[in-house]
Amino acid sequence: MASWKTITRRSFLVLGAAVVGGAAFGAYKVAEVPANPLVPGPDGLPLNPWVIINADGITVIAPRAEMGQGISTTLAALVAEELDVDWSQVRVLHGPPAQAYYNAGLVERMSNEPDYKLSMEPNSHNAILAALPKIFSMQMTGGSTGAIGGFVQMRVAGAGAREALKAAAAKRLGVAPDTLRTEGGKVIGAQTFTYAELAAQAVDLVPDDVPLRDPSTWRYVGKSMPRLDMVAKSTGTETFGIDIVLPGMKFATVRMNPRRGGAMTSFDPAAALAMAGVDQVVGLGNGVAVIADNTWTAMQAAQVVDIQWGETDYPADTAAMLARIEAAFATEPDSRLRDDGDVEAELAKGDVIEAEYRVPFLAHASMEPLNATAWVKPDGSVEVWCGNQAPIMTRDAIASALRIGSDKVSLHTPVMGGGFGGRTDPVPAVLAARVAAAMPNTPVKLTYSREEDMVQDYYRPAAIARMSGRIENGKAMALWGRTAAPSATRNALARLVGFAPPGPDRATVEGGFDQPYGLPNYRYDGHVADLTVPLGFWRSVGNSMNAFFLESFIDELAHAANADPLAFRLDLMQGTHAPSASLLETVRDMSGWDSLKRPGFGRGVAFCYSFGTPVAQVMEVQDTPAGISLTRAWIACDPGLAMDPSIVEAQMTGAMVYGLSAAVQGEITFADQAVVQQNFPDYDPLRMHTMPRFEVRILQNNGTFGHIGGVGEPGTPPAAPALANALFDLTGTRARELPLNKLFDFMA
Amino acid sequence: MSFTLSVNGALRQVDLPKDVPLLWALRDGLGMTGTKFGCGVASCGACTVLIDGQAVRSCQVPLGEATGEITTIEGVGQPGALAPLQEAWVRHQVAQCGYCQSGQIMQAAALLAQVPEPTDQDIDDAMQGNLCRCGTYPRIRAAILDAARTMKAG
Repeated sequence: MASWKTITRRSFLVLGAAVVGGAAFGAYKVAEVPANPLVPGPDGLPLNPWVIINADGITVIAPRAEMGQGISTTLAALVAEELDVDWSQVRVLHGPPAQAYYNAGLVERMSNEPDYKLSMEPNSHNAILAALPKIFSMQMTGGSTGAIGGFVQMRVAGAGAREALKAAAAKRLGVAPDTLRTEGGKVIGAQTFTYAELAAQAVDLVPDDVPLRDPSTWRYVGKSMPRLDMVAKSTGTETFGIDIVLPGMKFATVRMNPRRGGAMTSFDPAAALAMAGVDQVVGLGNGVAVIADNTWTAMQAAQVVDIQWGETDYPADTAAMLARIEAAFATEPDSRLRDDGDVEAELAKGDVIEAEYRVPFLAHASMEPLNATAWVKPDGSVEVWCGNQAPIMTRDAIASALRIGSDKVSLHTPVMGGGFGGRTDPVPAVLAARVAAAMPNTPVKLTYSREEDMVQDYYRPAAIARMSGRIENGKAMALWGRTAAPSATRNALARLVGFAPPGPDRATVEGGFDQPYGLPNYRYDGHVADLTVPLGFWRSVGNSMNAFFLESFIDELAHAANADPLAFRLDLMQGTHAPSASLLETVRDMSGWDSLKRPGFGRGVAFCYSFGTPVAQVMEVQDTPAGISLTRAWIACDPGLAMDPSIVEAQMTGAMVYGLSAAVQGEITFADQAVVQQNFPDYDPLRMHTMPRFEVRILQNNGTFGHIGGVGEPGTPPAAPALANALFDLTGTRARELPLNKLFDFMA
Repeated sequence: MSFTLSVNGALRQVDLPKDVPLLWALRDGLGMTGTKFGCGVASCGACTVLIDGQAVRSCQVPLGEATGEITTIEGVGQPGALAPLQEAWVRHQVAQCGYCQSGQIMQAAALLAQVPEPTDQDIDDAMQGNLCRCGTYPRIRAAILDAARTMKAG
């Protein structure tokens, strides 16, 4: 049972009116390995979370940003679990940029070992690695790490606050704290006090050592809690970044060079300035902004600015880019993170099965277009509102763009209308600040058009894979996967932090090298292509590519072996990772796998272990006169400890829809160095009538107790191969390229 | 130019040119931000409002033509006084990011007003213009069916 060694009081966090008459509690972590110089001592860096108590109730300051994944509710439940408050008393806010809100969970994503091996030994991280998120102030929402990062931190904050409140009451009553109990936001003894009554005194009384409660007593954690944002999101009263309203606010949009990275050689704003309601056209070097009295007028005016665009340094079109990716196969592998047995010797025996697969660039296309609001104040400081996944980085980028100190930037992180990895870059916030600087003392809300959002995105890389395998006596004896792609990680980090990290590029091969298949000879190589197209992190990152490659090829091997594709996988997994194998059995039984095989229908299975969570999916398709229909899908996942089953279920379903949308019809292409797709009519996701029916089962056997896998991303990777495998079962045609509508006619 | 709109039972004056779409008149002119901008081309449904009971894409209705009785999400119910449809949305924990849900609820409200007991096919037909990138479709469907049952029971 976890017992947190030391908790000390921390200074107040002032959040305007939120803490007037209230008290803020925080927690300190003392390093598990104090001798390590990289791990700060007792007076070192503060750890989140903050708990604010005032007459309004309990406010949890969430260190992770809410973009729909439900993390704010889960983090609040962890605090509430220890604090003994009623759920109706709890609300949650996102914290300001601060090192205290670093994401401890990111350490889970810093190893080049397969996740399924790490989950068996959750405490194996070394202290230096564990300290990295703190040292580098990684206040970042991503990698499906929010719940694991907050699992101990948030409970410690709740427990520390509870004990401090008891101590305050004990002082008043002249009794020992352990004679008192807490319930419903009150300390109860001979006399009852509300937390709000005790908060000011309690701030000085946070104890040094608080044991965390036994999981068998949990009331909130592990339960499906009503989401704290649900009522607001069902009544139009949630304030997304795009909904910020400020006095005297102006409305702007941008039109940036679609040849990404290229300059603007000239622009003539005359036609735009002649339009009623237009205030200014602001030159931005590589594009323009128009400021007007409403957003629509700004968008109309931006289209009539006469602009000459310069060229950029990447190939002109998709075909030339794919040639560049293909050329990477001739280079030395960047990584070989899996090399079990002797693949080359086994393949030299002959009868090698080979296949090449391709996946396209993809856009994020969140429902809320990119936007940010900025207000440059008379003293030169700037206040910015922008839904973002990395507040410290965003704040510093704004400061750098305006040539002011970071202390002059105040950044708010409103909830996001979807993110999927697409709100990591600080560009919208920086552009809004620059535009607002052209109109000082006036708040300016900058909203991208849908077209601008799509052509100025940072894309999931296109990739090519070459797979080789060998079957003997119906058994898979060898698999050699090679993936070639430009590196999203290096591309993004060079842009975001100025350098590309050394070492193998895991994202190019994740979902391929790290799967729990007990193949006797198993090698996986990554070849990094030299291509400077703007790339970013797309829900499940490299897993979204490699799961399609690996799981399609495993299916081909199964077919070559005359084996049932589900039983074939199960056979390879059984001795390697039991929780994963049991997911295959679960989807088999849920779907009635054997009975799915019937005329007019196809069935496909796929699996991927990503972000600490194995997921198996079965997809059923039907041939109808109107085209192929995605009829039913079954998902079994095992995140270890499921913090909130309703949220896990929603994430698994939504992530599969996201993956299926891309698999069926998602594709970003380039012509004349610019993205071709502009809006939903040419980048359309699945809709109500084209999505399948879902059934989800959540198992909790993975890892040792306290293992918490991510849930936001792992549902995406198996979607494309499960569907492609079902289409093969239905039609006998093997799809080796996405999107699948190139090969199949789907019901529209 | 000044226009008078009838929004959620109240007359509201907005000073914008007549070709500005109703969506932006609501959001930028009146500060009513519950109605969302998603695509600007009637392809996603995030901006759905009712005009005289019909679901329309407010990004396609010029201010000068917005003459009927307009109902926005703010007029359906409030956090302290949810409409039955919104109660169903909360009961089924529909929203993830929540950005499309105003439009989904408006579209569903129009459906239930016309077809009080919708079939799955009715829901497919009515809701297919409303995108959700989070993939909340299964819960939207469940909430509509549940709301229909609740509203019938009265």
